[in-house]
Formats: sequence, structure tokens, C-alpha cells
Amino acid sequence: MATYLEFIQQNEERDGVRFSWNVWPSSRLEATRMVVPLACLLTPLKERLDLPPVQYEPVLCSRPTCKAVLNPLCQVDYRAKLWACNFCFQRNQFPPAYAGISEVNQPAELMPQFSTIEYIVQRGPQTPLIFLYVVDTCLEEEDLQALKESLQMSLSLLPPDALVGLITFGRMVQVHELSCEGISKSYVFRGTKDLTAKQIQDMLGLSRPAVPMQQGRPLQTPQQPVISSRFLQPVHKIDMNLTDLLGELQRDPWPVTQGKRPLRSTGVALSIAVGLLEGTFPNTGARIMLFTGGPPTQGPGMVVGDELKTPIRSWHDIEKDNARFMKKATKHYETLANRSAANGHCIDIYACALDQTGLLEMKCCANLTGGHMVMGDSFNTSLFKQTFQRVFSRGYNGEFRMAFGANLDVKTSRELKIAGAIGPCISLNAKGPCVSENELGIGGTSQWKICSLDHNTTLAIYFEVVNQHNAPIPQGGRGAVQFVTQYQHSSTQKRIRVTTIARNWADAQTQLQHIEAAFDQEAAAVLMARLGVYRAESEEGPDVLRWLDRQLIRLFIFHLRRSPFLQVFNNSPDESSYYRHHFARQDLTQSLIMIQPILYAYSFHGPPEPVLLDSSSILPDRILLMDTFFQIVIYLGETIAQWQKAGYQDMPEYENFKHLLQAPLDDAQEILQTRFPMPRYIHTEHGGSQARFLLSKVNPSQTHNNLYAWGQESGAPILTDDVSLQVFMDHLKKLAVSSAS
Amino acid sequence: MSVNQQAHTGPPYGQPQPGYQGYQQPAYGGQSLPGVPQAQYGAYNGPVPGYQQPVPPQGSLRAPPTSGAPPPASGASHPSGHLAYSQFEHGDVQNGIPASAAPMQRPPASQPFLPGSAPTPVSQIPTFQQYGAPPASVQQLRNHMAGMTIGGTAASAPPPAGLGYGAPRPPAMPGPPLPGQTVAGPPSSQPNHVSSPPPPSTMAGLHPGPPMSGLHGPPPPTHPPQPGYQMQQNGSFGQMRGPPPNYGGAYPGAPNYGSPPGPPPPPKRLDPDSIPSPQLNELPPQQKPRHRIDPDAIPSPIQVIEDDRNNRGSEPFVTGVRGQVPPLVTTNFLVKDQGNASPRYIRCTSYNIPCTSDMAKQSQVPLAAVIKPLAALPPEETVPYLVDHGESGPVRCNRCKAYMCPFMQFIEGGRRFQCCFCSCVTEVPPHYFQHLDHTGKRVDFYDRPELSLGSYEFLATVDYCKNNKFPSPPAFIFMIDVSYNAVKSGLVRLICEELKSLLDYLPREGNMEESAIRVGFVTYNKVLHFYNVKSSLAQPQMMVVSDVADMFVPLLDGFLVNVNESRTVIASLLDQIPEMFADTRETETVFAPVIQAGLEALKAAECAGKLFIFHTSLPIAEAPGKLKNRDDRKLINTDKEKTLFQPQTSFYNNLAKDCVAQGCCVDLFLFPNQYLDVATLGVVPYQTGGSIFKYAYFQLETDQYRFLNDLRRDVQKEVGFDAVMRVRTSTGIRATDFFGAFYMSNTTDVEMAGLDCDKTITVEFKHDDKLSEDSGALLQCALLYTSCAGQRRLRIHNLSLNCCTQLADLYRNCETDTLINYLAKYAYRGVLSSPVKTVRDALINQCAQILACYRKNCASPSSAGQLILPECMKLLPVYLNCVLKSDVLQPGPEVTTDDRAYVRQLVTSMDVAETNVFFYPRLLPLTKADVDSDSLPAAIRNSEERLSKGDIYLLENGLNIFVWVGVNVQQGLIQNLFGVSSFSQISNALSTLPVLENPFSKKVRSIVDMLQGQRSRYMKLIIVKQEDKLEMLFKHFLVEDKSLSGGASYVDFLCHMHKEIRQLLS
Repeated sequence: MATYLEFIQQNEERDGVRFSWNVWPSSRLEATRMVVPLACLLTPLKERLDLPPVQYEPVLCSRPTCKAVLNPLCQVDYRAKLWACNFCFQRNQFPPAYAGISEVNQPAELMPQFSTIEYIVQRGPQTPLIFLYVVDTCLEEEDLQALKESLQMSLSLLPPDALVGLITFGRMVQVHELSCEGISKSYVFRGTKDLTAKQIQDMLGLSRPAVPMQQGRPLQTPQQPVISSRFLQPVHKIDMNLTDLLGELQRDPWPVTQGKRPLRSTGVALSIAVGLLEGTFPNTGARIMLFTGGPPTQGPGMVVGDELKTPIRSWHDIEKDNARFMKKATKHYETLANRSAANGHCIDIYACALDQTGLLEMKCCANLTGGHMVMGDSFNTSLFKQTFQRVFSRGYNGEFRMAFGANLDVKTSRELKIAGAIGPCISLNAKGPCVSENELGIGGTSQWKICSLDHNTTLAIYFEVVNQHNAPIPQGGRGAVQFVTQYQHSSTQKRIRVTTIARNWADAQTQLQHIEAAFDQEAAAVLMARLGVYRAESEEGPDVLRWLDRQLIRLFIFHLRRSPFLQVFNNSPDESSYYRHHFARQDLTQSLIMIQPILYAYSFHGPPEPVLLDSSSILPDRILLMDTFFQIVIYLGETIAQWQKAGYQDMPEYENFKHLLQAPLDDAQEILQTRFPMPRYIHTEHGGSQARFLLSKVNPSQTHNNLYAWGQESGAPILTDDVSLQVFMDHLKKLAVSSAS
Repeated sequence: MSVNQQAHTGPPYGQPQPGYQGYQQPAYGGQSLPGVPQAQYGAYNGPVPGYQQPVPPQGSLRAPPTSGAPPPASGASHPSGHLAYSQFEHGDVQNGIPASAAPMQRPPASQPFLPGSAPTPVSQIPTFQQYGAPPASVQQLRNHMAGMTIGGTAASAPPPAGLGYGAPRPPAMPGPPLPGQTVAGPPSSQPNHVSSPPPPSTMAGLHPGPPMSGLHGPPPPTHPPQPGYQMQQNGSFGQMRGPPPNYGGAYPGAPNYGSPPGPPPPPKRLDPDSIPSPQLNELPPQQKPRHRIDPDAIPSPIQVIEDDRNNRGSEPFVTGVRGQVPPLVTTNFLVKDQGNASPRYIRCTSYNIPCTSDMAKQSQVPLAAVIKPLAALPPEETVPYLVDHGESGPVRCNRCKAYMCPFMQFIEGGRRFQCCFCSCVTEVPPHYFQHLDHTGKRVDFYDRPELSLGSYEFLATVDYCKNNKFPSPPAFIFMIDVSYNAVKSGLVRLICEELKSLLDYLPREGNMEESAIRVGFVTYNKVLHFYNVKSSLAQPQMMVVSDVADMFVPLLDGFLVNVNESRTVIASLLDQIPEMFADTRETETVFAPVIQAGLEALKAAECAGKLFIFHTSLPIAEAPGKLKNRDDRKLINTDKEKTLFQPQTSFYNNLAKDCVAQGCCVDLFLFPNQYLDVATLGVVPYQTGGSIFKYAYFQLETDQYRFLNDLRRDVQKEVGFDAVMRVRTSTGIRATDFFGAFYMSNTTDVEMAGLDCDKTITVEFKHDDKLSEDSGALLQCALLYTSCAGQRRLRIHNLSLNCCTQLADLYRNCETDTLINYLAKYAYRGVLSSPVKTVRDALINQCAQILACYRKNCASPSSAGQLILPECMKLLPVYLNCVLKSDVLQPGPEVTTDDRAYVRQLVTSMDVAETNVFFYPRLLPLTKADVDSDSLPAAIRNSEERLSKGDIYLLENGLNIFVWVGVNVQQGLIQNLFGVSSFSQISNALSTLPVLENPFSKKVRSIVDMLQGQRSRYMKLIIVKQEDKLEMLFKHFLVEDKSLSGGASYVDFLCHMHKEIRQLLS
């Protein structure tokens, strides 16, 4: 067991891969019986400090349908300078540059420790990163001011040669020209009219006369940036200019009458942003960053009308099919997201408002393009400010933690097929021999595009064992999977990261215990959860729950059932979209936190310890720290709160109390430092209104219903009708037994 | 002949007009033929005196020739004439019959014809070659009422005509040898006329009829000659001139009357003459002239104008009396409003209108009023008073809603009033009650403008406002084309520079300190650029809207601003615009979206306003209202010619409708280098009550001054917005048709987004019942508009007219200038729907009917060969001919389609004074100007033969000023005027006269300035050297001459007219 744990951990650290099963059942039949599918969580760009990229092109298998990359699992004939592809068994000649290889002189990609390797390749022109700000001006003065400051600040965080652009919107959409001196100039679009990319480009004067590429006229190429440069300019050239421009940004001047929402043309603004980049920098890393303070209220993509008396759709409305604009809006944003993704541009959504902002409709923009989605109450909160800052954070070597335009290609050995992927990606529709007909998640392809990703972006990839029961795999056979991720590094280099892994096959009938032992419960839980969430997105809630119940049931799943990922009760559609968005892209650890929040207890009785996420853990003399990923709650027990009120922490003789109070704060800070997006930070105490965040998460083992715990010292009762884990488990056992019989 | 008129003559005017009578009597008092004639005679020969001298003598001049000279012969017929004469006397004076004298004086040209002056004939030759003058003889007679007659040969019966006809041909061919010609010589004429009146054989020279007559009879050529021409009974003068022979030659032009130049003579006329004509032309010049009508003998516009000026210019025109005919528009006079609107506001075609529709139909005289509701007044006259009737609004008739006016009758001690239009009785509102005095007038009669004046204004209440909301102050939006052409020509820079200072002169109400008008700026090429010039900004902001298919205004706040508040930002903007587009390479423009943008901006700001659009090219960029180049000269003279005047697309009509609904008036300044389809671009300006200014081939150096002057005036002039005009009339007639720059959504209300002080609306009335002589006919024109400060007002103009049961009364109270204004507008609208030829024929036909009706019903019986014109309409033929020859109805080869469309629209909103000078330009001999006085030199008639090689002339028509320099002008004059030493050094590229310190230069420049001041548009100054290329252009404006494009000469046309009349009468 321990070995497997280590193995799993080691694999994760090296390759960024965690499989639900680490020994694979050798036939389709057995695999289906396992219930939990063979799948993995892949973090394509997992940060590897010890992995220096190599500066040459990878060697590819010459079979056109395969094109796997030379890897340590390949058989190499050093004498003949041949290598056999471990996926298709094609024998390939080494390229001339490898003439000198031998057993002792191996290229890196053949060494076992380089099961994951990164190549830097020279392909195409290097284009600077592009950041296009799309800014809502229908904000409260205070919010707008804060946003303006954040944006101005961000200019200093960008690489100096990055191109920036600015689009503002309210009732109209303005595309600001950044190159002009004196008069500030902007192109204005009606907020109610959808425009095709061609129209947008014509109107912005971006369309070039269709001159066929003329030979011997190299001047053509340099012209391209000149044309687009009116709207997208290198930061170092125009940061003063843009700072002023941002500073002068006014709230949308069109009057908003009593009882109306401001007219907000988010749909058109995004459409123009997408069109602008599409026309000028297709297939180049670019971020469209949408900052919005409310729902779109007009034009294509409108989510709610401008009458305040009609509230924005709720889950209730959606279930009743009462959300008038939802379908149309969703379609609009989906189209945009797909276009944007096709061009390799990602869309971030920073939505800060107390009410919903239409994330439900817009979610695909971020989901399909790998963009960020951040939800907050106001731009004037540290949640937004720090999150936004963190977008531009740099890694250890001073590089941005962001990559663009990734193309993930998965290759499998013959016994395996690819069923699909779940994560911030779109299908590239690459059919091939290793694509399964059964889809799980985004299937039907062996390649996906991830327009933007960082070191944590994690995809769930589902496989199907296709080996027939009657065609046993020879003892000791290994199945292999290769992940090839081509992407644009933040330094604008093109890179290719190749990860090749192999696992043993085992006959489930004879070696069941091996398979069982190699089961990765955590990975399985997350993979199942992703599947569940994915289904929840597309299917009715109760069905998903039932499906989940029928599948593997564990502790995690209890919490998953209660989590906002599946339950929409008490959540707005936007919140659900937001939570699901993050769930579908975070790595295993974070995902686990999301499913089952972590609860730490601090007391005088000992060092901080994790405690059960249970109402019985809520004791008067404890400080609790709960991390749900989205929230960090510090909860002072009743007694502690009283002490604090009495001011003991300020007395020198009670310094230890002061330290106790401080300890969770420090720990919280640590979490805050690394988390993206910034969690909501809540500091509360027994009886405080914010304590609900804690109370809603814990297992309601004590409620007003079960008298045995009533009035006892141990823990705090939760006022809920939800079943507790105990009840849930009892029920389960009964169910398991009866079904077994 | 003319005598007949007297019979009808009732007292011409209700009131005696002092001026006249005094005048006439002296002149005619001694009618003794003998005595007078001689005196005149003398005058004649010595050309000079006649002119300058006072009228009376001149009047007498005429008399002599005809009657006097040949005393014996004429005697018989004359007696009656004399009688008439005496009675007419005053008529003469009034009408300035004497006018004829003036022309006569011109030594060279006219002399030949004078009876006495037989010898001179030769001189004419050169000038008149073209006109193969018909053999007609002309006589004028005037009686006060009826006016003059131009008698053809006395005898003229159809047959004779025929004879005449025949005659001509032979002569034509052979040319000289013919008897006619020989006879024709001057000598023959005078004596003959007189003596020979009887000879039946003659075909009156006039018969333009020749063609027709030709059919009849081939008879011996011989008759015609001299005898034919005899003339008139009055003995006034009949000059006959050339014997028929010339006819042929002369006539070739004839066909043109009805139709455009091009086509060959209509088949119906077998025009034998047409054949000979060429040959005629080859004839030695001397011979041809002989047979012409004496141009001096036919009615002279100059004389008429001069007479009216002398007779009526001195006394103010007091409007108290019903049905008074005001002085001519060319006369300077003051108006005292005593109950009727000043003629500056309203002029009518007739001030005495038939009581019944039958009469009206019979006469064919159109009943129309030319209304200029916001006309500018001379400083001596007071602007209409503003009356406030309080919260309940102006007092109006309950039924017809007419506004309180001087003609309302108060009854029942003042408790009610009876409407003067519909006779309905309405309660006087308590707050308006006032007692009546013993005459039935209200005691406060003189305190209330609406009871004592013809024109005044009411303050409108909220009920008169759109959406029941008081309007906001209007806005001006300047929309500048910044495409390549505009930038390159320097236009953009020029406009921006000018606007900087011009914005301080926006119209303001009364004595307000600053104008309430807000301004906004847009530039455009293929896309539109809006500017935010909010006062709080450090720099203006530009907002580009490229979605021209679906125009909108990208900003609300900061687009329309107060000039003073945003002064620095605006200045900065105007500085930067030329820089920003200095390197533009965009050549395409849009147009409709520009108007839409302005419209949307005004809508957003909820106000009315005016767009000033400066545009250079055909809008071919992809956008709504995109146009094609469809200029096709081949369409001219075809049935499709009308399409050239119609808009290409109905898009602009709909746009115009929207503009009118919002009160968005469009003024368009065009700077084309090629065809830009004025007919289509003009639709919106036209229908919104705006103006179009066109500067073809704009060049900064030569045209900027003109453009800037127009722009300044256009920006500064008084203007009302969101206007609705309704004309109410007494029961019995009703306004049925309207001409002008406006839009009508129903049949009664004239809607104008904007209305300025130059805009004129012509309204036609038709009978729908009977009128009564007692009560006359009343007009009330009510204009509801928003002033430039945003005040809603009603301007009311009232006018009372007489009604008659005798046609003679109608003819006696007509105003030809107004009639021409109406006819021109009618015809210019007609070309939109009918072929030009049809329109021309209709015009000729209508005039012929008018004159024939007069002849038949009002003139005393006389021979059919005589042309008898009513006094008040004696200029109708000459003016009508000018209309027929105008570019719209008969384009010359150099006239572009755009020019025609432009002029067509321009004329449609002209007032009477403008149409007058436009159709009959003013020609002033500059070298005759008295450098010491500030008066203008006496005008001369528009004919080349009046020009002397040794003089410099100025011709103006309201759009252009020509300065024509003869080849033999003294060097000293040239030096003084142009600052160069010789004729050949004069540059015709000059657009202004050099400023030189000498009396002549000063005088000429002051004349030019004065003329410029009189016109609503700054005229383009063109220097024309005799025998230079440009002279062709100049000659086009010598409207009494035959035009190159085939327009008839005055004389020819008169003959043609006569023929038409005779045809109608027979």
C-alpha cells in the first residue's frame, strides 16, 4: 500500500498524472465491472523546476496516423539507428542529427527519468502576448475607480513588449485607438447589434485589400502589425497614454431612469473583442479580459431586461423554463467562445457585483477557452484586486504562469482508447484509431485545444479498455499513454511537452488484489466528481445524483452530493457556474478541498489538527479554520470569542492566547498567498452571521432533530433537514446489502 | 385697339394714388398730337435726353412716332386711340410706358426704327443678325388699364397673313432683291407705317404666325412690304419693320418655342422659311435687320422698373386698404402696416380676384400668393410685435381656428366676434373682453397689434408644442466631409478656421447676451467621427462610428454644447481636425448616414436644429443612400429627362420625413468636382426647408470668400424651427397647391423643419365657391415655429384682397413678377413628372390663354393682327421667355445635370425679387456710373446690341456677377478698375476686383458690394472680356437675345406669342 502511495505521488510529481487505477484491468469486461473508469487527471504544464527544456525538435514516429514522440519506452536499435514506436510498432529511422547515439550516449528523451520532457522549437513568427481589456463602465463610481486603478496597476505587470488594447462598454461599445496623440479616438458600436467578424474588421478599418501574397514582396508582412497597432500597442510605448485614458474613463453617460438597470452591451463588446483579435492576431496567444459589474441587459447575449422589476433568472425560473433570454444568450456566448477558441484566444471573466452577472450564460467563454472566471462582490475588494494581480504573477524563473494556445494530443497503446476529456478545453475533432466510440466528457477526439493554461490547469481524461476478454495480454504487458502538449510559452516561445507513462495490465480475475491495491481513491473521487459535474451541467440534477449514488460511494461523495457543484439549492445559477468552472480545472488537491472542505482545529490542547468536517467538531474552546477553496473561514468558538472580547490577548500574561489567535490567521494567509482565485476570507465567531459558511458545510451529525446530541457539550447543532453522514451511511449499507442479495 | 380698355376702366384703385395722377396729367395733359410728337421727336434723335430725363417727356415720345409722324394716315383710326390715350394717361405714367424711350436712346441699335430717323438702319445689323426678325410691326399702346398693344398690321386678316407668308419666302431665297427687303429699308418703314395702316395685305409683322399663315397663302410676296406695318390706332407708334421676307430667316428659331432647341421644327408647320433661313444668314447683314421689329418698341422691363421706381419709390406703401397693388419688388419703398401684411411677407399674382371659378378659369390667371413668413425687414420697419394672450393661448375662431386678426368683427357689444373667414360666431374669452366704440371697433383697437396690424406674433402655449412639452433651444451641428478631396482643396482647414470665429455669431433672440443655440461637430468620410467637446475635458474626444448601415449617436453628454462653456475644447478641436486628416487617403464618402447621425443627435437631445453639411462628392461608399453616377446627357429632350430631376432612390424622401418630424433642418454646402447628383442629395435639404449651396470646382483662392460669406450669412440669419404653416382663406377659395422647400404630410399644412428669412412658399388658390365683391377675400397665413431661443411662437400674416365680377379688374390688378414666380415654380415642378417640352408648351399655352382672354374680354375690338397686352402684364412675354430659356427648361450644352437640379431647387424657394432678377438679370453700364453719387447707373436691357465695345458692364442675376469689358475700353478705365495697363492683361481668373484708390474703382466696388448686400447668396464674380471664351457664358444671360441653346429672342417670342393668341381667338 505504502508503495503504491509513493508510486502515485512520485508519478504525480514527475508527470503531473494521476490515474484512478494504477494497474489496469486487462479486458473491457473487467474494466466495466470496476465501475470507476480508467481515467487520469493530467496537469499538462505541471511546474517542474528540475526539468530543463531541450532546444530541439522532438523525433516523431513516421506513421502518419501515429506520430508519437520518441520516448523512453521505445525500443531502440542503436546499431541500426532505428527505433520502434511503442504505440504502433512502426520502425523508424533516427534523423541524421542522432547519428552519434549509443547506449551510453542517449538523448534525453530516451532516459527513463525524462518520461516527461519539454522541447523548445522554432516555429513561425514569435508574436508578443496580447491583453485586451474589455471594461464595463456601468459601474458605481467607487467600483469604477477601483477597477481603473487595478487596470492601471496591471500595466506595470505586463511584459513590456506585450500588446494591450482597450474596449469599454455600456450602452455603446467603444474600441479605443491607442496610438494617437492629442485627441483621443475611439470607434463606437451600437450595443444592440451583433456584427460578424468581417463587419467588425471593416468597421475598424482592419480589413486589408485582398492582395494575394505576392512573391518577392516582403514588405507585406511588416504591414500587418502597423494596421492593428491602432488598437493593440506595446505596453512600453503607450503605458502613459493608456494610463491617462483609463484615468479619464467615465461612467457610462447615458441616463438610467428610476427602476431600470443600466444598458450593458456585454454581448456585443465581447463579440467585438473576439472579432478584433480574430482579424488581427489569429492563432496567437491572447487574453480577452472582461470586467463586468452586472448582467448584460441589451443586444445579443442579454441575460435580463433593463426593468428592475423583473429579476434575473434563478434556478427556479430555469427549471420552470421561465428564463426568457437564457438560451439565446448562451448560444451567443458559445458561438463567441468557439470562435475565440478556434483562434487560440482565451476569455477571462471578472464579474464583480452583488447580484448575478450572467456567468451562467457566459461560462462557456471561460470554460472553452481556458480563461479565468472570477466572481466577487465589488471591484473594490481585495478579493478582486489580489486575484487580478495574481493573474500576472510570475514563477520562480520570472516567467508568467500562463501559457497559450495549447494543443493536447493523447496517444494510447492499442488496448486502450480515449473516451474523452473534461476540463477547460475544446475538441479538435481529431479522429483516429485510438478514439473510442463511447464518449465521456468531450469525446470523439484524441486532441484538444486549451487556449490558456497555467501550471495547475488539470484535465480529466477518460479511457476505455478495449482489449477483449478472450485475447489476454501477456503477463507483464504494459499499456502506455503519451500526452503531447504543444503550447506557446509566456516568453512567446513555442514549446512541446511530452509525457509518456505506462502501467501494468493485470487480469482482474486472478490479480484482483493488485488492481485494488493500485486504486487511487482520491483521483477516482475527483474523476467521478468531474464526470458528475459534467453531467450536472447537461442533465437534470436528480438524475445525476442518482447516477452518482449508483456508482462508488465514499465519504467524498457525501460531501460532493451536498456541494454546490451538484446542488443548486441556495445557489444562484451564476454561483453554480462559477464553482463548476473551477472544479473542472483545478488539480487533484484543490479539487479534493472543493469536494470535502478541510477543517483545522486550533486549541490549547495541542498543535493544530485536522478534524472531522462534522458539527461535533465545533467546540467552544476551539478556533476552527475551514478551507473550502472558495472560502476560508476562521471561526472562534464561543469561549474563545468571549476571551477575545474580554481582551485577554492584549495582556502580556496571556500571550499564548494571542498566539493561538494568530495561528489560524497565519495559516490562512499562507493559503491565500497561493490560491487562485483568491478565496473569500471570512473571520467570524460563534453566533456570528458569517458562521453560516461553516455551519452549512459540516456534516450535520447533530441537528435539532436528533435529541441525543441536544444540549451536550460536544459540538453545535445544525438547524437543517439534511441527512447526516451517519444516516447516509446507514442507508447506504442497507442499500448495498439488499442490492447484493 | 387699346382703347377698349378704357371702357372697363373703373377707378383703378380704391384710393387715388397720388403719385400717379399728378404725374400723368402733366404729361399728357396736352394731348395735342402735333405738339407733343415733335418734342419727342427731337428727343429721340438725340438719344441721350430721353433717358435721363424725367418720365413725362418720354411718355410722350412714343406717341409721336406712330401717330404723330404720319399724321394723315393714322388719323382715321387714331381718333379713338387718342381718346384712349388721354384717359390712359395716367396709366402711362404709372406704368412707365415711356420706358420705351430709354432703349431708344441707345443710339446705335435703336435708331433705325424710328420713324423719323430713317437713315440709321445700318447700325443694327451687326447685332441682330440672328434674329431674323419677323416682318412684324409693333405698336404699343398703353392705356392705363389695359396697357399696351402691339399692333400688327391693321388689316391683318388671316388671308393676308397668308399672303404675307408667301411673300417672305421668295425674298428669303433671293435675298436682297426682293421687294420687301428693299422696302424694308428704314425709309420705308416709318412713313409707311403710318400711312399704310390700312393695307390689308400686310401680315402683321407680328404674326409669328408666319408659319401658319404660310399654309394659307402663297400670295404674292409683294404686298407685305411696307404697307403692312402700320400700326396703331393710338398712333402711339407702330413701327413696323422689315417686311415679311425676313420672316423666314428670322423664324428658324421659332420651333424652339414650344420645344427644346434640338428638334427640328414641328411638322405641323410647314415652315418654308426654315429652308431659306440658312441662306438668309448668309445674306449680308444689312439686309436682314430691316425687317425686324424694333426692339425698342416692345415692352421694356427696364422702363417698367424705372417707372415704378420713380412713381412709387418715394411714398411709403400704406397697407390699410384692401386690394392695393404694391410697388414692384425692384422699387425701394417703405411699408406701413395698417392692417394688411407687408408685401415683403406676401405678394399676390392679383390683388383683385374673380368672384367665381368660371371667371378664374376663363382668365387662366393663376391665383397665387408668394409668402415669405420670416422675411427680413429694412431697419426702418418694425418687426412684428409679440402678443401674449395668456395661458389659454391665442384667441381663435371656434370653427375654422383662424387667429384673431383685424378683420374679425366684434358684435354684441364686444362679447362675441364673427369670424371673417368662416362667419362663425365665437365668444370672446372674458380676459379678452373689451368694449366697442361707436364705430364698432374695440376700444383697445390701437393697443393690440392683432387688431390693428397685418402681421404680428402670438406667444404659443404648451398646447402648440410637440408632445406637449416646451421645446429646448435648438442646436446647430456642423458636419464636415474630411475625405481626400475636401482636405486637399484646403476646404477642411478653411471651415475649421472660420467656425472658430463664426460660432460667436449664432443667432440670438432679441437682446439676449448669448445665443441659446448649442453646437456639435461631426466629421466624416466613409465613417463618421463624433466629437465630445464637453467643457470639462482637457482635450476633445473623437468617437468613430463605422456602422453606417445603422446610424446612431455614440455619445449624449458633450456632443451638443454651449459655445462659451466649451470654447477652449472647441478651439482645440477645430485646430486639430485639419491635422488629423491631413494625410487621409480616403476618397469615398457616405451621405445619408451623416444626416441620420444629425437627426439621431437631435432626437437624443430632444431638440430641433440645423445640420450644416459640407460635402464634396457622390456618396458611393457602401451605406444606406449610396448613389450611382447616373448622369446621362443623352436623356435630355427625351421622355426620360425627368428622371434627371428625380431622386435616384426614395430613401432620402423617407429620411426627409423623419427629419421634418424631428425639426431637423439640413443646409448643404456642396463642393463638387464632378457629378454628385444634386437632385438626390438635395431632397433632404429641400424638404426640410434647408438650403443648398454649390461651389463647383471649389478653389480656395477664388471661391473661399464667396463660400465664407454664404456660410456666415447662413449661420447668422434668423431662422425658425419645427415650423408648420397653414393658410386660411375666406370661404369661396382655398389654398390648393404649395411650392417651396418643405414637406407636407396632409393637404393643408406646410411643414418645415427649419425656415429662415429667405425661404418663400408659393401658395395657389382655387375657388370652391363664390366670393363676394363686398367682403372681398382674406388670407391668413399662420406660421407656428420655434424661435432660435427655443420659444414657441405663431406668426400671423393677414392680407385682404378685392374681388371682381369684371375680368378687367383682374387684369388691372395683376403683378407680373409674382405671376412669373408662380409660373416658374409650377413649371420647375412640372419637369419632375412631364417631359420638358410638355412643360414648356403648357407654359406658353397658359400665357397665351391669359392674354387671349384679356384680348377677347377686356380690350376694345381691334384687328386680330394686333397684339394687345394688358398694362400689368405687358412684361409677361419677355419674362416668360426668360423662364422658358432658363437652364432647367432649355439647357445649353455647357449646363450640367447638377446645375439644372440645383437651380430647379433654388428657384422653388425664391421670392419674387429673386426670381425677377434671376430670370431677367440686371445689366448695369459701369462706365456710365456717376462716381460722385451713390446711385446705381441706369440699367439697360439684356441684349448684346445694347453693349458698346467701349464700355464696361455689370450683370447680376442673384447667383453670379459678370463684369464685361469691351475691347475698346479706354486704357485709363482698365487701369483704374483692374490695375493693369491693357485689355489683354486683364485676368479673368479674378474673383474680386482689386482694391484701387481711385474713384472709379471705388464706385464699382461699392456697386458690387451693394448688389451683394441685396442678395441672399454671395454672388460669384466673373470677369468677362469681350471676345473671350467666357463671353459665351455671359451671353447666355443676355436674355432678350436668341440663346445658343435655341431659346428664342424676345422679339421672336413675342411674335410667337402673338400667333398663339390669335390662334386662340380665332
